[in-house]
Amino acid sequence: MKFHKYDTVIVGAGGAGMRAAIEATKRSRTAVLTKLYPTRSHTGAAQGGMAAALANVEEDNWEWHTFDTIKGGDYLVDQDAAEILAKEAIDAVLDLEKMGLPFGRTEAGKIDQRRFGGHSRNHGEAPVRRACYSGDRTGHMILQTLYQNCIKEGVEFFNEFYVLDQLIVEEDGVKKSAGVVAYELATGEIHVFQAKSVIYASGGTGKFFKVTSNAHTLTGDGQAACYRRGLPLEDMEFFQFHPTGIWRMGILLTEGARGEGGILRNKDGERFMEKYAPVMKDLASRDVVSRSIYTEIREGRGCGPEGDHVFLDLTHLPPEQLDAKLPDITEFARTYLGIEPYTDPIPIQPTAHYAMGGIPTNVEGEVLADNTTVVPGLYAAGEVACVSVHGANRLGTNSLLDINVFGRRSGIAAAEYAHKAEFVELPENPAELVEEQVERLRNSTGTERVAELRKELQETMDANVMVFRTEQTIKTAVEKIGELRERYKNVSVQDKGKRFNTDLLEAIELGNLLDLAEVMAVSALARKESRGGHYREDFPNRDDVNFMRHTMAYREVTGEGESAKDSIRLDYKPVVQTRYQPMERKY
Amino acid sequence: MATPVLDKAEAEAKAASPYITATFRIRRFNPEISDEVTWEDFQVEIDPKERVLDALHKIKWDLDGSLTFRRSCAHGICGSDAMRINGKNRLACKTLIKDINPEKPITIEAIKGLTVLKDLVVDMEPFFQAYRDVMPFLVTEGNEPTRERLQSPEDRERFDDTTKCILCAACTSSCPVFWNDGQYFGPAAIVNAHRFIFDSRDEAGEQRLEILNDRDGVWRCRTTFNCTDACPRGIEVTKAIQEVKRALITRRF
Repeated sequence: MKFHKYDTVIVGAGGAGMRAAIEATKRSRTAVLTKLYPTRSHTGAAQGGMAAALANVEEDNWEWHTFDTIKGGDYLVDQDAAEILAKEAIDAVLDLEKMGLPFGRTEAGKIDQRRFGGHSRNHGEAPVRRACYSGDRTGHMILQTLYQNCIKEGVEFFNEFYVLDQLIVEEDGVKKSAGVVAYELATGEIHVFQAKSVIYASGGTGKFFKVTSNAHTLTGDGQAACYRRGLPLEDMEFFQFHPTGIWRMGILLTEGARGEGGILRNKDGERFMEKYAPVMKDLASRDVVSRSIYTEIREGRGCGPEGDHVFLDLTHLPPEQLDAKLPDITEFARTYLGIEPYTDPIPIQPTAHYAMGGIPTNVEGEVLADNTTVVPGLYAAGEVACVSVHGANRLGTNSLLDINVFGRRSGIAAAEYAHKAEFVELPENPAELVEEQVERLRNSTGTERVAELRKELQETMDANVMVFRTEQTIKTAVEKIGELRERYKNVSVQDKGKRFNTDLLEAIELGNLLDLAEVMAVSALARKESRGGHYREDFPNRDDVNFMRHTMAYREVTGEGESAKDSIRLDYKPVVQTRYQPMERKY
Repeated sequence: MATPVLDKAEAEAKAASPYITATFRIRRFNPEISDEVTWEDFQVEIDPKERVLDALHKIKWDLDGSLTFRRSCAHGICGSDAMRINGKNRLACKTLIKDINPEKPITIEAIKGLTVLKDLVVDMEPFFQAYRDVMPFLVTEGNEPTRERLQSPEDRERFDDTTKCILCAACTSSCPVFWNDGQYFGPAAIVNAHRFIFDSRDEAGEQRLEILNDRDGVWRCRTTFNCTDACPRGIEVTKAIQEVKRALITRRF
């Protein structure tokens, strides 16, 4: 075991982690622990844009952006946080430009802006051009620019270090963060990092679904580490299904394609979104469009021999526009489907995309131990966190914004906290849990295989807790996940070595996915209403009387040692409302 | 003797099945077990429209969990899975089986010129060091404007091609000069220098050119075009290197 001591430790090197690192490194001795090389992070896969009411191309203001974010989130958004998001968006974009980000430009040389789903002029009148972009590789440019600035600032990275445990110590009845325990992929060695402050920026958990836009490595590691140490997870039932994933593969095709004029069509060639969202049409919010697509498919208007997809039609757009504005996604269609988007429509289906829920934080990125109590020294930002600026459904382009605004805020807050705080004394044997976990998996002679369990998990999640849910389907999933968690105890790996043991890591990741899938399903079962990304066919309406509140899920353990059993306790937290009263949501 | 025939249903099922059996011949190396390099064959049932990465996953998940490679996004964006497939550098997630003749064994090995650590995993550190050495960040002088810096669409277009780089190392590890001399910056670092040298907002072009004027800099390039062929993002790498050479001579960029 190796021991390290830093003021600030950041877990994850995607957009949020590196934005935080740029701030924290200027202010405190900082280490970034990342399971991937920073430029491999999934921020790089984001395409369409980053919202900010710059008003460079038409009238806009941050209050309209705030309203759209709250409405998009079906009023489960904490409105104070949404205000900060929209207001600080403008500086967040300008900061990136100054760091060197090559945005698309207007003829006058300003940052160009395009339309995106759910973003409107004057509270829903018509679509507005608010998304700042760089072709259809905005996430790539953000990731590269932030990494480049990390190099400039001399940020210290520990690449391919995998954080497996969050150390929580109780001092005078207050839970505090003492540091983290990490596994070094290259050597199999275990490292303890003592730190005054820790920021989780480790991304999403989409890999518990089968058809997903998420990378193989998005396995909810940060959420799971905190949850297992008794911290709550907020609003985990809310998961976004992006309307346009490549059929069967789930690879993302940006909403920017519809922002540029792309149209969704069913097997009759009908522009079906006109029926579901007369004003915003194809640019309604993602939850609405994904449900509309599945409604078309269920009612027999899907495309292909099995009627299991619809088309994204770009054929009416000039090839020059596709080449300039959507070069990557048109190439995906060519590479993976053998389809020429100039002349043929692209088969698509909704794809599991984004976790609205996560580790609860306040607007400074401080993690909450319950509805109100902060865990001193612990922070989270980006998809791993739930501020909540996305509520029940995130608007497109608000995630690249979220990572920059709240990555920056948490980086500053964590470093400033480190200045005034003392190190929390580490528990005795801080690496005990991780050593046990790693050794058990490495030495297990069990008969279950990781790939098989993961496949069964992904299949049950796709079948039962996707776009449409009912009590019965969710119960089926809960039962299946319970069975898989039992079988997981009997899992073994073939690679028994220490060097680059990715077999072992996949086993650990599966454990995280199973825990989080269960939280998601149990949270979904209890929410007997439909709101944003959570749609219950047995409760098709939003129920503000009973469910205008955030879900808070806690892991509870009874018994000890071999006979220990864990279960999930649900609690609820009020939604912060400032200016906007809930209204019926129409697009 | 009667010729054995499939019954009709079975024949139809077979005709409809997209699956074929392909052989993957993979270069294995794990110094924890042995210093010897071995080639191992795996038979995989696969749809030819699937990716090489899908085949590697089938091997790892169903046949041999110890097979080790890096991967993440699985659609050509993150740059984790550059490897040598049938002797050419490609991303495993962007290469479909049908495009690399699955009739014959498909060979897969780690990219060249960087130390192999295990199976298809190489030490990327020298590669990233070369990247860091070219000052890959915007350098400006004077006060910052309150709003964005202005840049015309034409000036923005000037360096668009080289902003696409995902640092996968497919180009650098396909370069014969780099194989023979690990000190050479390599195409990827030059591409990333180009991205800033030709950015109208940047003011450190001269410094970067001096770095690349070094004996291990652009002049080592022998214009073999391997890098351009290898780039999974379609960047005209050799052209970018030529533009940097020209800028060094004319000092105009």
